[in-house]
Amino acid sequence: MFKFLAVIGRYFMLMGKVFSRPEKAGIYYRRVLAEIEGLGINSIPLVAIISIFIGAVIALQMALSLESPFIPQIMIGYATRETMTLEFSSTVIAIILAGKVGSNIASEIGTMRITEQIDALEIMGVNSASYLILPKIIATVIFFPFLAMFSMIIGVVGGYLISIFTGVVLPSDYIEGLRYCFVLWNVFYSLIKMAVFAFIITSISAFCGYYAKGNSLEVGRASTRAVVASSITIMIFNLILTQLMLT
Amino acid sequence: MIKCQNIFKSFDGRTVLEDISVEFETGKTNLIIGRSGSGKTVLLKTLVGLHAPDSGEIFYDDKCYTSLSFAERKAVRREVGMIFQGGALLDSSTVYENVRLPLDMFTNDSAAEKDKRVKACLERVELSHAGHLYPSELSGGMIKRAAIARAIVLNPKYLFCDEPNSGLDPQTSIVIDNLIHDITTEYNITTIINTHDMNSVMEIGEKIVYIHQGKKWWEGSKDIILQADNQELNDFVFASAMAKRAKANISEK
Repeated sequence: MFKFLAVIGRYFMLMGKVFSRPEKAGIYYRRVLAEIEGLGINSIPLVAIISIFIGAVIALQMALSLESPFIPQIMIGYATRETMTLEFSSTVIAIILAGKVGSNIASEIGTMRITEQIDALEIMGVNSASYLILPKIIATVIFFPFLAMFSMIIGVVGGYLISIFTGVVLPSDYIEGLRYCFVLWNVFYSLIKMAVFAFIITSISAFCGYYAKGNSLEVGRASTRAVVASSITIMIFNLILTQLMLT
Repeated sequence: MIKCQNIFKSFDGRTVLEDISVEFETGKTNLIIGRSGSGKTVLLKTLVGLHAPDSGEIFYDDKCYTSLSFAERKAVRREVGMIFQGGALLDSSTVYENVRLPLDMFTNDSAAEKDKRVKACLERVELSHAGHLYPSELSGGMIKRAAIARAIVLNPKYLFCDEPNSGLDPQTSIVIDNLIHDITTEYNITTIINTHDMNSVMEIGEKIVYIHQGKKWWEGSKDIILQADNQELNDFVFASAMAKRAKANISEK
């Protein structure tokens, strides 16, 4: 328990260092753009592939489950939209990004630690925590909500395509379902969740990498720890945010 | 000048440095030598501020580094250049960007001035042609030279080198040693090199401190090291077959 509290304390101390006044804003601006490309834009293909297939599968499963004539076919489009918006495009995509982006961040910073690149920055007088971590946090918090929005759109398109190719539901019914009882707040709720998850993934993964010690094996362990810790924290915050924002 | 007084340092109850007091002189290449595990890297990292000593004081000229505030230490660090064992160049940046980073972070020079300074430093280490390359595309010697260029770009007053010629062939080692020595004289900086390479000792060892089991065992220069009356130092100096043979030849004559 004491060890756990010590880790939490170190995490907040690192975040204090990360959010201290940056040396040169111009350099951070360029680094944020580079991180948006590296961590955000490069994740678009993965998010697109997963979202289109999940959207299609949700529509298909709903169609096969709703065999009762008393349940209108538009419910298939409605259920697909709600599932994608409320949970899949934020929480599930965040878990997937924790694996892709989180392990990338932890291994990158961990390697910099064991090859003394972080020491080199410190010797120069650079706040290494801020220089390395802050641009990643800003980039993901800004860009991941766009990924969530993109995932929602691609997911419902996947459902639409399956309605065309299989005929399990009429495309017009599916479209009507997408429009049925649309609550804009649910989209905002999902985007806010994604911004919080982006911070969780980036800060925890950077923390795991920043304090890596030893050799390449430790970098691998730091990377695994980053994914596990980020995923668990995302689940906890998913519950908290849902309780706060939807009830 | 960099001076340390009564430095003690331990990790998890194991004493690594014990009562080390030494003065490193300006404009000279000062060498810390010793066997692997003797504590020389810990001493270098303590001097540069990467490790805090358990007790003792470190002076950078007239400033007591150990009692400076965080902001004051940061100011001192901007006068420090360091060359790490593996170079420690940022993998994601080119050689040019690595050398330019300190200028971008700490100066308000125009882009043209920065460019001129970076090119001058790359030319000084004979890497003008390699500015566009990434560290993964460089040879061991080129990495060390790029690290030297980055270390001198802000005109440091103090230069620290952690085993600058480890992993290099003897000829490239001499090139790196001489480059560091020339830069030290040229810019009149206080250079401290951590090494266990006897070639470096005999080439550029203007002041030498021998560390053994965490203690200062001997202090002198390359001119007197071969005549030193110190068993542990002699064991270290004449450890290689070539050195033993040379010693035997001298004795025969």
